[in-house]
Formats: sequence, structure tokens, C-alpha cells
Amino acid sequence: MSSETKQILTTDGIPLEVSLKKAEKKNKIKAFLLVAPLLLFLIITYVFPIGEMFSRSIDDKMITNMLPKTFKEMEKWDGQELPPEEVFTAFYYDFKVLVDKQEHGKLGQRLNKEKNGFNSITKKLFRQVKRKKIDESTSIKEQIMKVHKRWRNVEYWQAIKRTAPPYTMSKYLKGMDMYYAADGSITQVEEDRRIHRILWLRTLEIAFFVTLFCFLMGYPIAHLLATLPMKYSNLLMICVLLPFWTSLLVRTASWMILLQQQGVVNDFFVMIGLVADDSRPEMMYNKVGTYVAMTQILLPFMVLPLYSVMKTISPSLMRAGKSLGGTPFVAFWKVYFPLTIPGIGAGCLLVFILAIGYYITPALVGGASGTLISNQIAFHMKQTLDWSFASAMGLMLLSGVLVIYWIYNKLVGVDNIKLG
Amino acid sequence: MSKNPEFVKFDKVDKSYDGKVLVVKDLQLDIAEGEFITMLGPSGSGKTTCLMMLAGFETPTHGEILLDGNIISNIPPHKRGIGMVFQNYALFPHMTVYENLAFPLRVRKVEKDEIDKKVDKALSMVSLNGFETRMPAQLSGGQQQRVAVARALVFDPAVVLMDEPLGALDKNLRESMQYEIKHIHESIGVTVVYVTHDQSEALTMSNRIAVFNDGKVQQLSDPAELYEKPVNSFVAEFIGENNTFNGEVVDINQDKCKVKLANSEILANPISVKSKGEKTTVSLRPERALINPTDKMDNMFTGKIEEVIYHGDHTRVRLNLLGSSEFILKVPNSTSNLELKVSQDINIGWNSTDARALDPK
Repeated sequence: MSSETKQILTTDGIPLEVSLKKAEKKNKIKAFLLVAPLLLFLIITYVFPIGEMFSRSIDDKMITNMLPKTFKEMEKWDGQELPPEEVFTAFYYDFKVLVDKQEHGKLGQRLNKEKNGFNSITKKLFRQVKRKKIDESTSIKEQIMKVHKRWRNVEYWQAIKRTAPPYTMSKYLKGMDMYYAADGSITQVEEDRRIHRILWLRTLEIAFFVTLFCFLMGYPIAHLLATLPMKYSNLLMICVLLPFWTSLLVRTASWMILLQQQGVVNDFFVMIGLVADDSRPEMMYNKVGTYVAMTQILLPFMVLPLYSVMKTISPSLMRAGKSLGGTPFVAFWKVYFPLTIPGIGAGCLLVFILAIGYYITPALVGGASGTLISNQIAFHMKQTLDWSFASAMGLMLLSGVLVIYWIYNKLVGVDNIKLG
Repeated sequence: MSKNPEFVKFDKVDKSYDGKVLVVKDLQLDIAEGEFITMLGPSGSGKTTCLMMLAGFETPTHGEILLDGNIISNIPPHKRGIGMVFQNYALFPHMTVYENLAFPLRVRKVEKDEIDKKVDKALSMVSLNGFETRMPAQLSGGQQQRVAVARALVFDPAVVLMDEPLGALDKNLRESMQYEIKHIHESIGVTVVYVTHDQSEALTMSNRIAVFNDGKVQQLSDPAELYEKPVNSFVAEFIGENNTFNGEVVDINQDKCKVKLANSEILANPISVKSKGEKTTVSLRPERALINPTDKMDNMFTGKIEEVIYHGDHTRVRLNLLGSSEFILKVPNSTSNLELKVSQDINIGWNSTDARALDPK
């Protein structure tokens, strides 16, 4: 019967719903126009670059465009034995175009990434083509095979065939220390070359422990902040926020001064006789330095959400817990602590996500054993110029964060996270 | 079973927070077992501090608090076994009603069956059966209040403290809760120490009322006596309405004194004046002054009506009488109602026993 409710009309005879929509429309447009600049900004600075990063990370069109004829002919080749004459011919004509455009070097580099040894044999082939030593009237297959013995090796032709699709996941595999084997199956690299896996695990480990340290230190501070009288809590709040107002680089540099072997902390240890002068412990250029500096720098991100949650907990709740017979610990554990979980959730999530992508601090104080995956990304951005690999790892990091967020949501519930 | 008249005893208790000002001064207060005692006073009078000291959240700066003969100043709150209802209820927001009530029992390691039984009993006492699985946020203010009361009683404490528990409720609900709490007290006979600044709440609920001001108990007596026989002008002023005359005693004998006002003299009941020449404030309840009294009364004056305010069940009349235009008269709304008009002259009379000559304001 509810679906048959009578339509309500306004005094003008227009259905109420229509009238309401009309009245709301103006507000909706106004609201949208207010957020439009931000939306546009986000699209330009966030959605678009991530899309660009993604396409770059899987893009393999360069070689597809370089060898159009070859790949067309290779479609008919089964990839088991050496390709037929047509493939060699097509490859020769593609290569000739590249030689004219002086792009053969790029092809060599690209193929070399697929399989070692391509660089030299493309150079050899280039010299033959340049000197017009290849006779186009007879079998091109025979002549190319004579240029270098590797051109007779089927594995090299299989490698070329693998580069045919315009998109490739090989960068992602590389980020997980895996690659496409000659037969196209996904294989792990040798045990001693699995550096990325170590870095991912180390990144997770450091992020986890930094979050834990921040929590252990931030919880009491936040509690103190929320319960102290105003004049003291303001002062304490400034102390907590002070690092925020100092440049990240300056803070990291001051940690370097403090932690180095001839640094202030070590001097102090020697002075109080904790360590001998000739066996000063290394506290920098290893994990210890990364832990110490990152915990200090990320602490405010833990304290602030915790504080904002604790501030709303009435002190009478703890009193009630005690007056009802709970020891101070029971009152804390059963009453106070469960009420701070939204703050703990927000603080841990913030710190963990920030820590997982941290760059400058581990780069400066981390040394070899304290660097994170972000440093590897930066290395490929700046040193090897393998931007597609850097993009792939960046996206892997991003999806990792999203997965963590999802797990978090399942465990704590996003509604229970209170950021401020 | 004889009741202990000194079940809770404040013995010369002082309390200061900053070492400069005493919030509670030399408090001497005995509370009998099973009594409903109210600490009434304006804010800042020290009543809540007393309650907090009894609960164990504040320690006396000097003096001792005794519970059933034992000094409890050094016992932490959770070992005192005192139930408490807080101003904002302080229900645990992350626990259901059942868990809230079970909390004091669980920390005492009571058996599960026993907990169920006690929680059920406590909830039926406040007529909230069937609400066990609700969260506090899903309850109305009055229901939350009742849960708080039930939680403070569920572990059978010897004393229950209530810190302005009805302050957040609307007027009607507050009145019905007053009776409810009173009935619960009567049925289980627990000792209740109740703090409020609402005098009508104090008058309706308590066995005895301690009126606090300035860190001191001004008067400790049952509600009727407090209202009828205030011992000083603060109490007279604070409890109920009150007409006052400031003057000087010119003549005094056993039960009467003559007080000289600005330009007339009235007869009053000497309460805290002893001799001639003392300054005094005479206090008279508005309902004790009658219009056109038929009986012979020893104070008879004529006043001019300044204002008539209709209050439904009664009418308040403001008079210009004996040089003061603040004299209030309460005329009950009965069938034989008088015609009262502004600037009309009327005759007023009262007995000198009702006019209490107290300490000067």
C-alpha cells in the first residue's frame, strides 16, 4: 500500500518532489562550483599523473613501432625453431628504416634488456647494412645468420617475439625480482640477485616498527596533552609541533650530527663510560639511524589524532570505572583504551603510510642497510633513467598502501578512524 | 538492626587546592546509615569537593573521613565500595547497558549467573528491562540516567553518591526522576549522599539537607525545619522565597524583639540576635503574610500594590511596604479571589513568630 501513497502537491499544483528538486538544484550547482577548483586541481595533479605513471609502467610501444613488419610476420611463426625466411626479410627491412633514422641503437638497448648480447649483434648487423653488404636479391635469412652466430640462436628470436605486444608487465615482475623466461613463463631471478624483495620486506619492517615506536611514545604524550591543565598542555603541544615547523632536511641533518660515530650521542656514551672510546657503536648509515630519525619525524602524526580523540573522553569515565571497583589499570584497559581506538587507528594508519613511502631521511641516514623502496625508485628516476620501472614500483607501492588501507578498514573500520 | 548514626563521618575536614583558599573549612558532618542526605549550595560552595573526597578522587588537606568507623582517607577509590552517579552519567559509551551494569560485578569476579541475576534485578528497579543490548547513545537522557543509577546500585554499595544527577534533564522528567530515586532509596535503604544546587530537588527528596556556603555547612536539618526555621539569613535567602527587612534591635525579650527600620518598627522572633542595638535582617516567608487578616496579628501594615503577576496556581503581588518596594506576597488561586489592582492600598498582617530576626546581611 505504501507504493500507492498519494502524491503531495504544493499550493501551485506542482508535485512536491519536483518542487523540492528544483529548489535543491540551485544549491547543488553552487556547492559543485565551490569544490570545482579543487576537483580540477586533483584531476590535474593526482588522477592524471597516476594514469600517466601507469601507462608508462606498462608501455612497450616503442619497439612495437620500430619493428611493425617483423611482428606481423612473427604472428605466423610458432616460436619453436628458427623463424622462416619471411621473418628475417621483414626484420631486415624494419632494421633498414631504423638505420636510416639512426634509431638502431635504441633497438639494441631495448632488446638487450630483454636478453643480454643483443647490443653487440645489432651493432654488427648495423655495420653490414650501412655498408650495403646485404644482397636483397638472395636469401636474407642466410646473410643475417652469417653476421653473428647469435642470429642463428632461436632464443634471440624468441626474445624479439616477446617484445611484440605494445604492453608488458615485465617491469612489475622485475619489481618483484621475477622475469619472463625464454619460454614466456614467469621465473624468479637467482637467489643472490633478489634485491627488490629484500627492499620491500625491509620497507614493511621499518614502517611497522616506526609505527610501533611512534605509538608507544605518542600514546602517553597524547594522554598527558589531553589531561594537563591548559597552560602546561599548550607548552607541551608546542614541543610536539616544533618538529613540524622545522624543515625536514634540517631535522635529518641534525640527527646526522647527533648519531654519527664522532657525534654528540656517542660522545655522551663515552663520557658516562657506557662504551669505550675506540669501540663507538655505529648508530647511523644503518637501520638504527633510520628508526630513530623516522620515529622522531613522524611522531606528531601519531600524537595529533590520538590527542583529538582523547580530548573528547570525559575524565568522569575513568572516575566511574574506578568508583565501580576497577583498579586504575582495569579502568584504563576496559574503559579508556577502547575509547581511544579510533585515534590509534588513525595515527597508526597515517604513520605507517607515510613511513612506507619515506625518502629523504632513509636516504641520508639509512646507509646501505637502512634504505627503503622509495630510495630505489628515486635511484631509477635519477640514475638509470628507467622511468617506466620507477613508475611500476611507485604504483606497486601505491597499491600496497591501498591494500593496507583495505585490511585496516576490515579490522578497525573506517568509521572508527578519527583523523581530527 | 540498629542504624549507625555516624556511618559516614567528616571529622574536621579542610580542603584547599592552591594552598591559599580553603574550599572546605573545618567540616564536621555525620551521616546516618540508610539516610538520604543532600548537600545543597550555590556553585563553588564546596559541596562537590566534599563528595569527591568521600568518593576518593580528592584527598582532604586536613582531617579524616570515616566510613563505618574506618578511616578511608588512604583507601583508593576502587577499594571504597562507594557507588557514584555522575553529573553527565558517565556511562561507558562502548558498552551495552548490560555490560555497563556488569562492569562493577565483573571486576569483583562475580559468577556469570549471579551477574545476570543482579543486572536483571537492578534494571527492573529502574524499569528498564529489555534494554540490556542497547548502547547508551541509543537511550534518552532519562533512560541513561536510570542506567547510571542502576549501575551505581548493582554491586550493593553501602553508600551511593549522586553528583547533580538530574541537572541535564528537562523539568518534568526531573520531577518524576526525583520521586523515582526517592522510592528506590526507600525500598533498598542504602545511604545516599546527594549533591545539588536545586533547592526544590533537595526539599522533596532528602531526609536531611546540609546547606553549604563558603566551604561551611550553614545549616543541617530536615527539609521542613530548613524551610520554616532557617538559622541564618543565607539559608533563609537560599531556600525558598523570602522578604527581608534590615534594621536594628531596639527592644528584646524572650520570644519577641522590636526592630527599628528606616521609618517604622516591626515585631520579630529573635533567632540570632541577643541584645539591643544589634543590626539584624528580618526574614518573612511570602505565604506567611496575609491580606486583610481576620485574626489578630501583631504586625499590621498598609501597603501599595506595585505589580501583579499571574502564576496559574497563585498570584504574586509586589508591594511597596515599610519603605521597600520589594515585598512579595503569594495569593493562592482560590475561588474567593480578591480583586487585586496596581496602586491599590491593601492591609497586610503577619505574626511576629514567623518574622525571624537573623544575622545582618
